[in-house]
Amino acid sequence: MIRKHIITSLILIGLVILISTIPLFLIQDSEFGGTDGVADELIQTIDASYTPWAESLWEPPGGETESLLFCLQAVIGSAVLFGGIGYMVGSRSWEKKQGNAGD
Amino acid sequence: MLRKIAKARVWVAAAAALTILFAFPAQAAAMHIMEGMLPTKWCIFWAALYIPFFARGIYVISKKCAGDGHMKLLLAMSAAYCFILSALKLPSVTGSSSHPTGTGLGAVLFGPSAMSVLGLIVLAFQALLLAHGGLSTLGANAISMAVVGPFAGYGVYLLLGRMNVKKSICVFAAAFTADLVTYVVTSFQLGLAFQTAEMGLAATTVKFLGVFAVTQIPLAIAEGLLTVVIFNTLKLLSPAERSLA
Repeated sequence: MIRKHIITSLILIGLVILISTIPLFLIQDSEFGGTDGVADELIQTIDASYTPWAESLWEPPGGETESLLFCLQAVIGSAVLFGGIGYMVGSRSWEKKQGNAGD
Repeated sequence: MLRKIAKARVWVAAAAALTILFAFPAQAAAMHIMEGMLPTKWCIFWAALYIPFFARGIYVISKKCAGDGHMKLLLAMSAAYCFILSALKLPSVTGSSSHPTGTGLGAVLFGPSAMSVLGLIVLAFQALLLAHGGLSTLGANAISMAVVGPFAGYGVYLLLGRMNVKKSICVFAAAFTADLVTYVVTSFQLGLAFQTAEMGLAATTVKFLGVFAVTQIPLAIAEGLLTVVIFNTLKLLSPAERSLA
């Protein structure tokens, strides 16, 4: 059951990697910019008189700091998610051991 | 004969879908509404609309997790999953990048109300530390990512479950829907705020859909697959007496 789950999981993760790398090969002349600026530009073309009325309290000074913070976000998430999975695996095998000892 | 026609129809539809996907080359960005980019009255409107969902979310979470360590752990893990996925900006077939939302998993495990709270945590983190999204647009972004997306995903999950569809497929559909609907709502919110006399609500919304939703389709598929992996792992590891619905 576990073996089947691992194989299915690997196949699905492979598909995820495939989906997110295909565009890199398919479209050559793009930087894959993630700027939310295009929506902002679109707003300007629809309503040229619109001016943003608020600004971010704080902005990362540059790309490096920004990627650091995005990384940190993913790291915090991974720590909790996989720490949790580890805890669940551990408590399961501990319970099994207790069960065997009781027999 | 009829079958052949039906088959041909499927192909035509698929071809049309692909054409739409590639008809928007190098359009960037499919993310949350940026700081200051929504008129003040709409910021207030969406924030006011969001508050009751937040209150209900707090109530549901405290009820489901009261004195239950296992549920608390699962809740933290659902929030963590959101954190991870919204940090990953993936390239898409439109030649731009966007990130998934990760709200589908928590919606399936805890119901959509819980995600109304967890989604806000992620949005606040990104608005405060990353200048991604914004505080003024927090209400609008919370409505799309933390309310409508999870509710839509959960609705699809229940509907397919009632039709006796395989669990993995239900989970995939829920995560896919929660992800995509989030950005459809974002487009609608921008379309609503920026409709003009010559361009009605539908026309402006479609314009924003071109930016936001199209990029998101392949990412939503990827998120759906990944969510199935995590859900099945949690299901396998959860104690027998606490089997996930």
